[in-house]
Amino acid sequence: MYDPTVARLTYRALLGRRRALILGVLPLLLVVIAVAVRALAGVDDQTATDVLGGFALATMVPIIGVIAGTGAIGPEIDDGSVVYLLSKPIKRPTIIFTKLIVAIAVTMVFSAVPTLLAGLILNGNGQQVAVAFTIAALVASIAYAALFLLLGTVSRHAVVFGLVYALVWEALFGSLVPGARTLSVQQWSLAVAERVADGNLVTSDVGLPTATVLLAVVTVLATWYAGQKLRSLTLAGEE
Amino acid sequence: MTTLNIDHVSRWFGNVVAVNDITMTIGPGVTGLLGPNGAGKSTLINMMGGFLAPSTGSVTLDGQPVWRNEDIYKHIGIVPEREAMYDFLTGREFVLANAELHGLGAKAADEALATVEMAYAQDRKIATYSKGMRQRVKMASALVHQPSLLLLDEPFNGMDPRQRMQLMDLLRRMGDEGRTVLFSSHILEEVEQLAWHIEVIVAGRHAASGDFRKIRRLMTDRPHRYLVRSSDDRALAAALIADPSTSGIEVDLAEGALRIQAVDFGRFTALLPKVARDHGIRLLTVSPSDESLESVFSYLVAA
Repeated sequence: MYDPTVARLTYRALLGRRRALILGVLPLLLVVIAVAVRALAGVDDQTATDVLGGFALATMVPIIGVIAGTGAIGPEIDDGSVVYLLSKPIKRPTIIFTKLIVAIAVTMVFSAVPTLLAGLILNGNGQQVAVAFTIAALVASIAYAALFLLLGTVSRHAVVFGLVYALVWEALFGSLVPGARTLSVQQWSLAVAERVADGNLVTSDVGLPTATVLLAVVTVLATWYAGQKLRSLTLAGEE
Repeated sequence: MTTLNIDHVSRWFGNVVAVNDITMTIGPGVTGLLGPNGAGKSTLINMMGGFLAPSTGSVTLDGQPVWRNEDIYKHIGIVPEREAMYDFLTGREFVLANAELHGLGAKAADEALATVEMAYAQDRKIATYSKGMRQRVKMASALVHQPSLLLLDEPFNGMDPRQRMQLMDLLRRMGDEGRTVLFSSHILEEVEQLAWHIEVIVAGRHAASGDFRKIRRLMTDRPHRYLVRSSDDRALAAALIADPSTSGIEVDLAEGALRIQAVDFGRFTALLPKVARDHGIRLLTVSPSDESLESVFSYLVAA
């Protein structure tokens, strides 16, 4: 199911100079914000929750997910170099699964690690806030990576659609239409964070059992469907 | 023996028919797929390589379907036309990755690099390669697993004459070894120099198939059109039409020239200067008016 060569090629493509730079910007911004807030406002659990929930989990994690998830396969399909993977006796679902693992790992490293760091800076993990959001970021990384990998497989405009989903659906639409929140990776991961954090600092609109089931279903379905799409991927000629 | 069978294959994109009911069998040796740009060569090669489903018909390799069958790639090597190929890797890293994806190791990669004579530049990034070097590394990646069928889409595009010769030698060698090699080209001379057998495709249809010399003769024997200006057009026309090598002459008053259709190319080209000299007529312009490849091809379709 996992091919180390496909993984190596995907890591090299994802962590190439320019893309790694883009991946690094938001985490750096988060840490800078954390330092600034801590310096200006001092230690406050509610402030820490607001920064981690409002910026880290709501904005940074999905955007990192978009970059890593679509970037793990989209550019190869776009420029046609995916032909070198597809013209091999390797099951197409194996290629997708391997790329998913890489996308998850990259999303986790670039989102969960800075989230933990920012949480520690903000309130020294008071009320378990830093750990709670780190776990939420880890969980969200899996679902985002799977969703955006699928998007990268089916659409040439995956980055645009991904950003629209991340910013419009998750952030804007979700805050206006209550029902939309049930179908939000962010809310599902918050349900996990809610369980970890002390007190009522972190709340989710979705119960933990529902969240767990939806996370698993979305991840599995997206990965399976991406594998199927890759099996019948058509490489357009240049004519 | 590796035989690729294309059986009544058509492919359309919306309302556009790119490949129209083509049936052909590609056996061992070097086969050239010849046709003008846009004829459907790439579409056909993509179907042969399992990257496009035929709308109708089937493509099989020794009886095995090619579409949605990953295991078939143990036997197929593909050299795509597109340039993109993991530019951030070195040539060796790229070929080694291709070998690993076939379950092979460094030995296979090094052999393939040696075969295409790229060992000297294998540690440079692909991004720094010239077009010809890229082409050779692509070849190496397609050869790592010693495939019995090699598909190449416009492999000579953008190569300089020396690189072209090297690649032709290599493909000839592959054919001599009994591999099935198919390459596409829109350039007659390339196919002429290399292919034992050719398949001609025009506007998505299978126009001709067989031995190169036979097809070449068909191409030479077709009616040729010339535009001729002389010191006395009407006298020249009268003298030419008396000979059976000419089937029609029009006096184009607007152009101030003769439009001549010749049916016997060899005889007409000898006749024209002779007739002109005998009648004391000066030839001012003699230009073939339909020597474009497209007109040659469309004649083949009609033939």
